[in-house]
Amino acid sequence: MTDIDIHGGLIKQLQDAQAKFGYVSQHEVKRISKEFNIAESEIYGVITFYSQFRLKPLGKHTIKVCRGTACHVSGSLELVTEVRELLGLLDGEDTTKDLRFTLEEVACLGCCSLAPAVMINKDVFGKVNRDKLSKILESYK
Amino acid sequence: MSLAKIIVNMGTCGISSGSQKVLDSFRTLKDVEVKATSCVGLCALEPTAFIYIEGRVVGLSYLTDTQKDKESIQAICDGKDVDTHLAPRVIYDGSEQGLFNDLFKGQKRVVLRNAGWLDPMDINDYISVGGYSFLSKCRSAKISKEQVLDVLEKSGLRGRGGAGFPTAKKWRMLMEKISEEKYVICNGDEGDPGAFMDRSVLEGDPHSVIEGLQIAAYATGATKCFMYVRAEYPLALKTLNKAIKDANDKNVLHVPVEIREGAGAFVCGEETALIASIEGKRGMPRFRPPYPVESGLWGKPTIINNVETLAAVPWIMNNPGEYEKTGYANSKGTKVFALAGKIKRGGLVEIPFGMSLRELIFDVGKGIQNDKNFKAVQIGGPSGGCLPASLLDLRIDYEELKQSGAIVGSGGLVVMDESSCMVDIARFFLSFTTKESCGKCTFCRVGTKRMLETLEDIVNGRSNDDHLQRLYELSDAVSKLSLCGLGQTAPNPVITTLRYFIDEYHSHIKDKRCPAGVCSALTKYSIDEQKCVGCMLCKKECPVSAIVETKRADGKKICSIDSSKCISCGRCYKVCKFSSVLKR
Repeated sequence: MTDIDIHGGLIKQLQDAQAKFGYVSQHEVKRISKEFNIAESEIYGVITFYSQFRLKPLGKHTIKVCRGTACHVSGSLELVTEVRELLGLLDGEDTTKDLRFTLEEVACLGCCSLAPAVMINKDVFGKVNRDKLSKILESYK
Repeated sequence: MSLAKIIVNMGTCGISSGSQKVLDSFRTLKDVEVKATSCVGLCALEPTAFIYIEGRVVGLSYLTDTQKDKESIQAICDGKDVDTHLAPRVIYDGSEQGLFNDLFKGQKRVVLRNAGWLDPMDINDYISVGGYSFLSKCRSAKISKEQVLDVLEKSGLRGRGGAGFPTAKKWRMLMEKISEEKYVICNGDEGDPGAFMDRSVLEGDPHSVIEGLQIAAYATGATKCFMYVRAEYPLALKTLNKAIKDANDKNVLHVPVEIREGAGAFVCGEETALIASIEGKRGMPRFRPPYPVESGLWGKPTIINNVETLAAVPWIMNNPGEYEKTGYANSKGTKVFALAGKIKRGGLVEIPFGMSLRELIFDVGKGIQNDKNFKAVQIGGPSGGCLPASLLDLRIDYEELKQSGAIVGSGGLVVMDESSCMVDIARFFLSFTTKESCGKCTFCRVGTKRMLETLEDIVNGRSNDDHLQRLYELSDAVSKLSLCGLGQTAPNPVITTLRYFIDEYHSHIKDKRCPAGVCSALTKYSIDEQKCVGCMLCKKECPVSAIVETKRADGKKICSIDSSKCISCGRCYKVCKFSSVLKR
């Protein structure tokens, strides 16, 4: 066990940093590197391995569209397209210009009986369709 | 004593269906004890609440109209007749047994014994049903390690994470290791798309898992326990944190427990990758041997057990000789399945091994939504396979399912009807494994990518017979030449769909047609002139203005699709209220 393990491990440190700022900033990477004597390259290696970590600032609200099997057979791929349309996201973009929403596709939210499911921040919405979606997004404006 | 008690099920699925409102509303009732618990497994019926009068369950309410329920319950509390007030929206034949027979028909609840009935935020609730009593016997040395291992061995419990390794054997190996520090890890990194057993157990009955983990620590002589749980499960984490704090405050724990949050990598369900992740590294699997039991977390002897396995342990210990009475052949006891997809009664069920798939889907799960035809069932997530209707009589058993090309796996079961395209499903799973491959082995990293590209060609109509040959070859290579389970089993969805649904591949390749009408590049839309009423709803909805207004021979205004502009998105098909958009 090294010093950082006593403090919950590197992943915990990165999760805390992300919880505080919404993303892992260069500044935080430098701080962790110094504090626990871990090479920055190693930290970036870990950050880029896990889908949870982000190196760019996040929108105010995070929309996670579930892409699990049950959601897939209930049309979640179209849902992604619809969210993109509703938010006006261009190809390759995942955050709106006003930093209000960030769109993420996640493997499975584990709410398969509610397929297709969408999670906004920490709230899960089930059996989402286009109409319901625009109403939900409206409430987060 | 209060006249009535109401249990409101507040799992993730319940909350998102509005159970918070239901709970708040019931809490304003007079003379009624209202208790919030987690999911009871009836996810398809959420939000649900169980209503007790004078200590007896009298009904389950689906709660579509809270105000009405409130009035009914108040009326009952005031001494009015139960039947007239509750009957319309409850499953209720007058007896408690009747209610449960309907709800949990065919099930045997061991792991799910407490989920949905106990308040997961209240340790006293768990203690009141005998919780932590066995652990306390262990701690006061009334029961020896050998006795614990004996009971476990006789129970025949196998690891519920997917591989089915005998749990007692694993524990014994760790017990025999001599080391200053030894660890037991609970694997709650439930990454299979389509599976939510671990989430429900952690949300609903965290103390059973903790007690199971602690019994493991006692029997193996471990010095510390870790619980690795996905960060995507905020409610489970919240419940678990509270449970560990309460258990510490009550001083019921044998060794310390620490939670580590996963960071979103499917491969971390593999034990060596999970260990790397706890150590703060990239979660990449490594060669075994040495197995974790020899050199695991920080080089110390370690074992890893799944959430479901651990949750069964306290029950097995409290009921020695009972667990092995259910089950079939070498698969003893019960297994929790997450039923999802096009099934009527989706949710969490626990059934004895040996039940047929048909019974599970049509009796326990109540059949297919909208009474459509069953097409396939996907078992075991990205490592599992798709089985056709002709195999519905297979027994659910580790060995029997493996022969068919699917696996019991962690217990995700997604049912598909005729509207699902099996080639698309194979592509879906491959796109998942391609993304989640850690990149260590060439055959997994590049092989899955090539398989995905081949499948993309097929669903986009750019294929010929070579594509099938390539899929067979790649499947074989990837499964044989990958290091860990992720790569070895990644081709399973392709292999099983090729084996059981080869006709669909042929339609895509030879006829350039998707029989289910899912693959948009191979699906064409047109308008039935006789059925169209000219409402122009589809015209409004079309994103590329491919729908134009024309006139029928009799002069009636109707819609027509300009096929040169149509991108086959299917939106017109969905919005049409008169079934006049045809899919081919």
